[in-house]
Amino acid sequence: MSAWTEMVFILVVVLDFFLLASSRLRAVIRAAAAQGALLAVLPLLLATHATELGHVLALSIGAFVVKGVVIPWLLMWAIREAAIRREVEPIVGFIPSLILGGVGVALAFAFSSAMPLPIPEKHAFIVPTALSTVWTGLLLVVSRRKAVTQVIGFLVLENGVFVFGLLLSDFMPTMVEAGVLLDLFAAVFVMGIVMFHINREFSSLDTEKLSALKD
Amino acid sequence: MLFVILAPLALAAVAFAAPSQVRRPLALLVGGLLHLAGVAFLWVTRPAPALGGWLEFDPLARVVLPMTSVLFAVCAVYAQGYLKRRPDRDNRIFVGGLLVLLSAMTVVALSQHLGLLWVAIELTTLSTAPLIYFDKTARSLEAAWKYLLVCSLGIALALLGTFFFALAGAGPGGPRSLLLADLTRAGAALSSPWIRAGFVFLLVGYGTKMGLAPLHSWKPDAYGEAPGILGALLAGGVTSVGFISLARVVRVCHAAGESAFARDALVGLGLLSMALAAVFMIGQRDFKRMLAYSSVEHMGILTLGLGLGGAAAAGAMFHTVNNGLTKGVLFLAAGNLHRSYGSKRVDDVRGAARRLPISGPLFLAGFLAITGSPPFSPFFSEFAILNGALGGGRYVVGALFLVFLSIIFVGMGATVLKIVQGDPAGAPEVKAHGDSWLTAAPPLVLMALVLLLGLFLPQGLKSVFDAAAARVGG
Repeated sequence: MSAWTEMVFILVVVLDFFLLASSRLRAVIRAAAAQGALLAVLPLLLATHATELGHVLALSIGAFVVKGVVIPWLLMWAIREAAIRREVEPIVGFIPSLILGGVGVALAFAFSSAMPLPIPEKHAFIVPTALSTVWTGLLLVVSRRKAVTQVIGFLVLENGVFVFGLLLSDFMPTMVEAGVLLDLFAAVFVMGIVMFHINREFSSLDTEKLSALKD
Repeated sequence: MLFVILAPLALAAVAFAAPSQVRRPLALLVGGLLHLAGVAFLWVTRPAPALGGWLEFDPLARVVLPMTSVLFAVCAVYAQGYLKRRPDRDNRIFVGGLLVLLSAMTVVALSQHLGLLWVAIELTTLSTAPLIYFDKTARSLEAAWKYLLVCSLGIALALLGTFFFALAGAGPGGPRSLLLADLTRAGAALSSPWIRAGFVFLLVGYGTKMGLAPLHSWKPDAYGEAPGILGALLAGGVTSVGFISLARVVRVCHAAGESAFARDALVGLGLLSMALAAVFMIGQRDFKRMLAYSSVEHMGILTLGLGLGGAAAAGAMFHTVNNGLTKGVLFLAAGNLHRSYGSKRVDDVRGAARRLPISGPLFLAGFLAITGSPPFSPFFSEFAILNGALGGGRYVVGALFLVFLSIIFVGMGATVLKIVQGDPAGAPEVKAHGDSWLTAAPPLVLMALVLLLGLFLPQGLKSVFDAAAARVGG
């Protein structure tokens, strides 16, 4: 069981690197969907006797449906509508962003070994995986030009926060967990609507054209 | 207590369902007045905490909720005149969104649970993003996109910070709860490294929402492109409840014995915001963007006051009210100017005092008030913060505070005087958009309140500010 859990954590981090290195948007969306689906397995693997089965299932199924299916599908729909395929000329190139990602992962592991975990019985990989994924999401948002890639970056960031939330699933009220999924959905939904308008207004989903406002 | 949350929500549903473009804005008026009555009732009766302690009309809520309610009611009156002048735009989302925003701001103000607080903050972002796009132009779209992206990032990081706090209290003997009362009671049982890290993330998250430098990048764009009424509610209401959220976070840090660390960060970020606002305020060509930088400055002042603590923190609470009301005056008056001239460029707008005999002078008076000229109330709150800084032996901080305030006074004054003075002949003009009662009286009422609070501060209010400051650790 423990070997499987470690495998999932490692795969999540590997997908972080894949997201940073890939330029084809379809592949990036698929990777984000795969990461979402993997996260859905984690509540099941990490469940202890302290967790109620209902909460575990709700979290797992909720994560799978929202992160693994609905949002990737919305994103696929958005790029089909707008007829865009790849991320050209990111602000930070693919190789530099990979290096930055590597630095982030190293820092995440250093940080989590420096911070004593108040609940030592929890899996030691949770904190570094969460922080690496948050860092990857931030990098994607600030270093890419396409609106779609920025939305994916935001999703990846939320994935990282979700992993961290697993530490607390024993005693946190359901409301906070549900809030995570709901807000994620709402945020992307609104973003999708806005993107649709960007598409009609500029006939492209390039946020680089959104630069009339500055000082 | 639930009434002030549910009434605006119910009216938002009515507004979304209502078919009539002309009558729909009335929902805003009804919602604003019901909310105002509800808050007045709360103020008088001082009810016990509701929903198992998750909602409480605590001293911090007493500071921010009445101000927000007054501001919203005034904006609702203004909206009647404003939306009549914009029959070309569908106002369904605008009216409904504003009412959802009112409900969300109320939850933030009352919330005693960090998770609920976070959800409500997220809701304030979601409900306002489509409103920034009210004008349906490319520029307003850009502003809405930036606002949504930057604020969502901030909010995601705030959630991570909230989780850090939850983890800090998860150890043996910890509260395993996100209720503020439980967290503060646990005090030293909280794991201090996780409290520190959580504070950093929450400061970044809610700081983004407040628009503190260097997290303010969405602010000039959003305030510049949004209708004046939304600018007033964002700069006066949303940023204020963001500040209250930050104050609650500081309260937990204080209880955990980490307040020295938190306070230094707050003072640094506050001074940085003021400095940055001073730089960008000078020579600003767009008067709505100028107001946005003024908002960055005042969020800096609030954060600085909170960081200094003691008398300065009480001053910051007072300043929250003053800044909110004065920002209402400025944005509503700026909206009237924008409508009348069809431009918000300083090069196009001149002689506002002559063309708009109420809004023009109001814009000038609002400028004098916000930059801290007596006898308006911001002078007294800024003076209290300065007094707190000097009284606490922070002479360098006090001196920097004064220097930034004077630079901003000069920079903002040059722009405002150019707009208000002179001869309006030859400037662009949109016919039939002069001052009317519905658009000019609301900011006038707010201005009168600002003047009144400056001339006479009731003892009851003063004790609320002191209690709120004591709540965050004095």
